[in-house]
Amino acid sequence: MTIDWFFILEKLVLISGVLAISLVVAMYSTWGERKVAGIIQDRLGPNRAGFMGLLQPLADGGKLFFKEEIIPGNSNRFLFILGPSLAMIVACMTSAVIPWGDTLTIAGHTVSLQVADVNIGILYIFGVVSLGVYGIMLGGWASNNKYSLLASIRAASQIISYELAMGLSLIALLMMTGSLSLKDIVEQQRHDGWNVFYQPLGFLIFLVCSFAECNRTPFDLAEAESELNGGYHLEYSSMKLGFYLFAEYINMFISSALMASLYFGGYSFPGMDSLGLSPNLVTILGTAALFVKIICFLFFFMWVRWTIPRFRYDQLMRLGWNIMIPLALANMLITGAIVLYRSTH
Amino acid sequence: MQALTSRAKQVDRKPMTFIEKIYLWNIIKGMWITFKHIWKRKETVRYPEQKRPFSPVFRGLHILNRDAEGRENCTACGLCAVACPAEAITMEAAERKPGEEHLYREEKYAARYEINMLRCIFCGFCEEACPKDAIYLTETFAPANYKREGFIYGKPDLLIPAPGEKKKA
Repeated sequence: MTIDWFFILEKLVLISGVLAISLVVAMYSTWGERKVAGIIQDRLGPNRAGFMGLLQPLADGGKLFFKEEIIPGNSNRFLFILGPSLAMIVACMTSAVIPWGDTLTIAGHTVSLQVADVNIGILYIFGVVSLGVYGIMLGGWASNNKYSLLASIRAASQIISYELAMGLSLIALLMMTGSLSLKDIVEQQRHDGWNVFYQPLGFLIFLVCSFAECNRTPFDLAEAESELNGGYHLEYSSMKLGFYLFAEYINMFISSALMASLYFGGYSFPGMDSLGLSPNLVTILGTAALFVKIICFLFFFMWVRWTIPRFRYDQLMRLGWNIMIPLALANMLITGAIVLYRSTH
Repeated sequence: MQALTSRAKQVDRKPMTFIEKIYLWNIIKGMWITFKHIWKRKETVRYPEQKRPFSPVFRGLHILNRDAEGRENCTACGLCAVACPAEAITMEAAERKPGEEHLYREEKYAARYEINMLRCIFCGFCEEACPKDAIYLTETFAPANYKREGFIYGKPDLLIPAPGEKKKA
């Protein structure tokens, strides 16, 4: 058996590229968040470090690295370190199945801009995202602190509750597309138009649930500073705290990419096939289009954060179980009926 | 009941309507409000480069004045110290020796003159009390310091530079 060295090289380059891009995007999301917060509140936001404060994330990261590392005496040392590592690894893993673009043709080889086109892509994402809660749970538990534990329990029950509605809203989408592969879903949208027009309610439910999954305002009860002294990462310092915060931003980036791919056509853009340009150029333009969509979603995440106050915990649970899940079920039923009607007529 | 201000608003305790119950419409309205703020004028003053102007009656750090020939005006009469409600001013008087006429305007002068900027409330009473136009409040404020002693300003800190003399930083 011959080893296809080009294949291995291609995947290695792609994996490191995707990892680097998600880290850089997450880094600059922290800058973007503060800038958006400032602008919405009639301030300027960070503007000291470098041009428009663009070096701010580097300064923050450097500061976190040099901070004293404190591990509480009565904590479980292994789990305490495992928590943030798990949060970070899980956040980075999801990017593997997202199609970042169509295929490029380099020196006769066809290179797909997707690390792994598995036919259970969405299932994989759900599996990995559900693992994300362990990072928070372990961190909160290992801290041996009541507030951290409370916050991590909150986070766990919140994520489990909203994962249900999220999955149900996706089932309606899958009934329509008939595929679990993200690449197939994007390719379908390339020809038939964006899914958001066929599944507006499903998209809304997915959007709200992804806010809850990312622990973002208005569902940031896991880090409700006013009630919990900071949340599940209360005992963390130095880069371990940085990992938790960073994982949140990577999750945001991945959710944005996922929403763009599932509902907004991913790397396809209107008029993509009628431009008459070389396929490689169209692929690059498509990837750029995907990133424009992602940035719009990131901005939307931040915009919501600086507009809407936090839900109370009982309101959060009621919204999840009494409103989101029935709505998602109804959406599923309607979609199923329409799909059945279409297939028989 | 008479409202205390013209801006008082009665609390609306009507049950929420359907539109209000589904949150979504009100969330969109709120998002539109924050969105509009993107184009509003930014209030930030970029401090070291840009300074907010003080009001014309601003009272800041003190200076000790000299007359037109560069001689110190202060005669250590102590009226400023008496007027000071915070008791921030101390001084020691000394007699002018022959040959020092170019330094001090009158026969008596302040050998030591200290203002504790941590006690001072910048009321300006010293300025009003001074019969010799010797003490004035300026438009700057005391810079930060690491030690309490650093806030006790002596004569070298307070005196304005004599003509032809550079003030030490």
